[in-house]
Amino acid sequence: MSIGPNDPQAGAEHTDQHLGAEEYLTQDSVEEEFLPDGGVAQVAVDLADVDPVLADPEAVAQLVAPDRRIRTEVGAALLRMEAVTMRFGGLVALDGVSFEIRRGEILGLIGPNGAGKTTCFNAMTGVYRPTSGQVVFDGRPLGAIKRNQITRLGIARTFQNIRLFSDMTALENVVVGTDARHRTSVPGALFRSRRHRTEEQDALERGMALLEFVGIGRRATQKARNLPYGDQRRLEIARALATEPKLLCLDEPAAGFNPTEKAELQDLIRKIRDDGYTVLLIEHDMRLVMGVTDRVVVLEFGRKIADGVPAEVSSDPAVIAAYLGVPDDATA
Amino acid sequence: MTTTRIAETAPTAPPAPHLGAGDRLRLWWSALPRPYQWGIGVPFIALLAALPILRPPILTTQGTDFGGVLAQFGMYALLAIGLNVVVGQAGLLDLGYVGFYAIGAYTVGLLTSPDSPWNQTDTWLSRHWAWVFALPIAIAVTAVSGLILGTPTLRLRGDYLAIVTLGFGEIVRLLADNLQNITGGGRGLSGIAFPLVGQTPTRTKGVFSAGNTHLPLNFGTWWYWVSLALIIVVLLFVGNLERSRVGRAWVAIREDEDAAEIMGVPTFKFKLWAFLIGASIGGLSGVLYAGQVQFVSPPTFNVINSMLFLCAVIVGGQGNKLGVILGAFIIVYLPNFFLGRSDLFGIPIDGNAIADYKYLFFGLALMTLMIFRPQGLFPARQKLLSYGREVYVVARRAALAAAGRLPAADEDGAR
Ligand SMILES: Nc1ncnc2c1ncn2[C@@H]1O[C@H](COP(=O)(O)OP(=O)(O)OP(=O)(O)O)[C@@H](O)[C@H]1O
Ligand SMILES: [Mg+2]
Repeated sequence: MSIGPNDPQAGAEHTDQHLGAEEYLTQDSVEEEFLPDGGVAQVAVDLADVDPVLADPEAVAQLVAPDRRIRTEVGAALLRMEAVTMRFGGLVALDGVSFEIRRGEILGLIGPNGAGKTTCFNAMTGVYRPTSGQVVFDGRPLGAIKRNQITRLGIARTFQNIRLFSDMTALENVVVGTDARHRTSVPGALFRSRRHRTEEQDALERGMALLEFVGIGRRATQKARNLPYGDQRRLEIARALATEPKLLCLDEPAAGFNPTEKAELQDLIRKIRDDGYTVLLIEHDMRLVMGVTDRVVVLEFGRKIADGVPAEVSSDPAVIAAYLGVPDDATA
Repeated sequence: MTTTRIAETAPTAPPAPHLGAGDRLRLWWSALPRPYQWGIGVPFIALLAALPILRPPILTTQGTDFGGVLAQFGMYALLAIGLNVVVGQAGLLDLGYVGFYAIGAYTVGLLTSPDSPWNQTDTWLSRHWAWVFALPIAIAVTAVSGLILGTPTLRLRGDYLAIVTLGFGEIVRLLADNLQNITGGGRGLSGIAFPLVGQTPTRTKGVFSAGNTHLPLNFGTWWYWVSLALIIVVLLFVGNLERSRVGRAWVAIREDEDAAEIMGVPTFKFKLWAFLIGASIGGLSGVLYAGQVQFVSPPTFNVINSMLFLCAVIVGGQGNKLGVILGAFIIVYLPNFFLGRSDLFGIPIDGNAIADYKYLFFGLALMTLMIFRPQGLFPARQKLLSYGREVYVVARRAALAAAGRLPAADEDGAR
């Protein structure tokens, strides 16, 4: 082994999180024959070489932890959907949906295909404006607030169909997320103001910590589009976390994962919550949902049909009829 | 210990990652310590600046003055850098960029030409420095025009934006052509100011005057030097922007505007900034043009020139600020290279005819390029982080170690 794992501080856990270096490199070189860009983008680096702090998972978690200036108390409703209706022409995608996400919990949002889960996300993040009803976040109705401001208020999301900045490296993708908290604009950057410099340093440090946190530190300098599928999903999570959200919304993060990857993801989601984030999870895999969530909301045809702790929900006859009756693989 | 696993997972994999020449150069350069970079960069720039004095035999143009060609290259390089901010970095297709070039040139013309009703050279702008004073004014005017064009149009996307900007470029030229009382219409504005410095008995109007035809330090050479200095300043600024929140926002917008917005990037604001900065740099180039040629008239600002600028950006490699400078060089230099040449390495050619058909050749070249190398001759590998050097250095070390050319530990020790 040439890179990384020879670092004594890294320890067993550190290497476990990654594949062996060689394996990465050989995978890359296969792709690379067809990729004109290559270069730095193709090499796995050990972030601990850049910043030794990153070899310590505790310190990484500390760096990743969110800003805790949140008005909402732990356990109180951080986000409330208040009778949200969303119409597309004649189609009612959401029909008077109300539920709340409490600070510090992992809430599952489930339902058959086309139930309106993604539409819920879009209504929360300002992509769509509700036809009626409102979304209240941390005590403030979202109304006509711009999408980028909603992100800065503290809602971050991933996308069901991955939407990374494919020409940027993994690290740069995450740094775009950290920029949501930065204030440097053109004059500051032109003349390299002091604020710009501290923000850049902060971005780099936090960005690397985030990559390490979701387990793709080695991929830092690779272009997003060259990452394997699973790492792209992880990168989406890292990028969303980078915006220091109060609420993290994950849209089917385990789609296309094998059971091992799902188990790893489950650990990651728990780790994120333990770090102080509130998580909203859309997922089809019932085992994952039942294993990781504190509460579950079930949608069907745009209507909420159940809301409660996983055990309760999974024995609800309406839910069984609507959702659990559908075999697992039919929803992939 | 992992060899068996490799064999299992990727039996056909080549033994080590292969790096292209360009990437190797990039890796090597980015890992060089700062003083070394200066040590290589400064003599290189000095060599570029010395070109019109050295006049290398094959390189020197025959049909037109070499200094003049280089001066024109300087202006096009600035245009390419500015347009690259808009098209290459932010991904906004602007087909009317020549409009900003025109506004910059005409602002200087209107402020300093005796033909203009707004001529200020004899009131508050001194004769000697009128051009220098007009420069910031012209940049401000173009920046504002960028803002005026951008505010309503940047809500449009893709093709729609391209068409609206195309219209803008045409509007500017038509205004210049039709506002007879102000712009002189088709007659244009002559006698535009230039810095009056270095006056000697042989150069009665100073080194920057079109009357200075004394080789090798004729006026073309001097304007080339001015543009070279400005290019360096602009490159430093644009580089600072690139490696900042601003540059990252631009690339994010280029890649996926909606995702960028949802990740907290104020997309409209940064698109407007891109337009404004691109416009200012285009205006700056126009100011240089007005000063060097000392005459402006509408045909110079034909929309076909917009395409030529775009061609420079695409040939050079969108997003690569050094690449687009080479693109500009190709666009300006090649036609001039053939001009007045009757033989090339002993083969008889009709150079003037080749130069006449430049649009045909550029068109063909562009099509060939789009088929075989759509990313341009020098594709971008932008660095978007201010303090990312450490990461790149580590990456280079890992790359070299992986390529089996030197063990990682050795370099560690050397550092
Ligand atoms: N922009 C839109 N225009 C028209 N119809 C839409 C739009 N977005 C969503 N819909 C419709 O709204 C309904 C709910 O879609 P949504 O994407 O929210 O489902 P989902 O629960 O996320 O399903 P899946 O599990 O397949 O991701 C679907 O019938 C969909 O076709
Ligand atoms: Mg969905």
